[in-house]
Amino acid sequence: MKATVQSNDEQAAPAVRVSGLRLAYDDFLVLDDLNFEIQRGEIFAIMGGSGCGKSTLLKHLIGLRDPAAGSIHFGDEDFVRASESERRRIQRRFGVLYQQGALWSSMTLAENVALPLETYTRLKPARIRQIVAFKLALVGLAGFEAFYPAQISGGMRKRAALARAIALDPDILFFDEPSAGLDPVTSRRLDKTILQLRESLGTTVVLVTHELESLFTLADRALFLDAEQKRATALGSPSVLRDDPPNEAVAAFLRREAE
Amino acid sequence: MPRGGQAGFSVDAAGARGHRVVLSGVWTLEAGLPPVSRVVDALRAEGAARACVDSAAVDRYDSALPAFLFELAAAGKRGGIEITEDGLPGDVTRMLSIARSVPARGDAKRPGPSGVVEHFGYAIVGFLRSAADLLRFFGRGITATGELVTGRSAMRLRDFTDVFVGVTVAALPIVSLISLLVGLIIAFLGAVVLRQFAAEFAVAYLVGYGMLREMGAVMTGVIMAGRTGAGFAAEIGSMRVNEEIDALETFGIRPYGFLVLPRVIALSIAMPLLTVYANAVGIFGGYLVSEFMIGIPAPIFFEEMVRVVGPNDFWLGVFKGYVFGIVVALSGCLRGLQCGSGAGAVGVAATRAVVLGITLIIVCNAIIDWAAATLGI
Repeated sequence: MKATVQSNDEQAAPAVRVSGLRLAYDDFLVLDDLNFEIQRGEIFAIMGGSGCGKSTLLKHLIGLRDPAAGSIHFGDEDFVRASESERRRIQRRFGVLYQQGALWSSMTLAENVALPLETYTRLKPARIRQIVAFKLALVGLAGFEAFYPAQISGGMRKRAALARAIALDPDILFFDEPSAGLDPVTSRRLDKTILQLRESLGTTVVLVTHELESLFTLADRALFLDAEQKRATALGSPSVLRDDPPNEAVAAFLRREAE
Repeated sequence: MPRGGQAGFSVDAAGARGHRVVLSGVWTLEAGLPPVSRVVDALRAEGAARACVDSAAVDRYDSALPAFLFELAAAGKRGGIEITEDGLPGDVTRMLSIARSVPARGDAKRPGPSGVVEHFGYAIVGFLRSAADLLRFFGRGITATGELVTGRSAMRLRDFTDVFVGVTVAALPIVSLISLLVGLIIAFLGAVVLRQFAAEFAVAYLVGYGMLREMGAVMTGVIMAGRTGAGFAAEIGSMRVNEEIDALETFGIRPYGFLVLPRVIALSIAMPLLTVYANAVGIFGGYLVSEFMIGIPAPIFFEEMVRVVGPNDFWLGVFKGYVFGIVVALSGCLRGLQCGSGAGAVGVAATRAVVLGITLIIVCNAIIDWAAATLGI
């Protein structure tokens, strides 16, 4: 939340700074020479066609994989070279919404949202219940505490996963294809929720998507990844990129044209 | 209250808009907050019907503050006190309005048993349903076999041979080990007991009779329930989770003929063969004990055995193997097809398959023994 204190110099640094990043699976190069910054409170989209390495980049940003070269800074902290415990401390400020929701199927929705709170705080059960009820209400799932993920619809699962992602008031929210597998109405509703949450929580949002509707609704700026060049080929506001595309691939992607 | 101090509240007497609840201090996830009930109790003690929360004196906060206010308003409503907010920071007001924009679904609470009697009732109904499911499943097996005979089944020969090889060749090492040890154990037990009557030679009867009629088939059945039955349930269960079963059904392919029948037929042929093999290994184990512990040489051991143990005993064991094969395959497939959705459901299906398989083996064994004794086999 905006009112939570943060030291002044930390306020000044961008939320995320990526420089010279190279991503590879063993010898197979996925992306190279990535340099970009994500400002605090910004909704930043990572876009590109299938197989361009969007999800791979996200996995590196949240620390599930280590880059082959380059650095990722969160605030002033070097994430790539951080020790295991420092990394966990940085990761505590993340909230991640996975493509399929990734709710833990053996737990109720309340237990899913409560687990990060139980892990990272020493709150009493009554306080945890209070926060869980509120987070579920924020995503429009008030009263669904006792349900298991298998008992609710796909759209509700996504929203429940969002409640889990914001359980600890994260500084940065990562979304992997938030509209994947959702109907247009549900998907727009989720977009709206994301916008509302950004507005009220002041959270920085990093969004991986190939869905143009979400891209134009949500993103302040977008990074375009090119599968053939294995590089980022454009960075800017989605509507500006659409009206004045820097290259053919970006033009085709944003104007829904097949090459 | 000093700024930056602990989260606290005070209730001011009624003004024009009712009582005021003044919040102060630090209201964050990590901070210790007063319980909602204490605020409601304080308001009730003042006899408040309406109250307004003033958070202007709150020093620092995160989503813990709106979470508290969200619960407070609901608790107040339940207690007959209308609680409103005043002077909240903009982002807190926005969050509260988002949270309240979709009202709580009162009917969303999951129905379930409460109390011992209800639990007991649910358990009995569950058991009866399970028994009915099993009977129905068995009945469908008969019709599916009919379809197979008349050439209308979806069963593929490849499925049958794959399963057959998987349940026979791959199971030989574990069946060998267990059968050998069971033969040894029967002989050890017999040697200790029969020595007291100077009748050690009768170990040969005990081993032959025990392996052929009971232990060969039962132990193989139990091994197959744990190994193959659980495997069937996990395999079909994950197909259920991945919607592969639904895909079969939408193509008009009946899962029974396609998935269940090859497994049941393969196991009903494999189990008698494995039983015969287990009998041979078990008898060999018994022979080892009598040769090296009791000192009965091979010719006498086997001569004594065939004097008492006849073809009836052999065929009874083989028949049991056949029945257990069907039972194990059916329980595995049934639990697999009944699998719920989610990752945990597959594990549950496998466990239930093993429990059902072993239970049915013991029950069927008792029935067959009783029938054999009655018929004098």
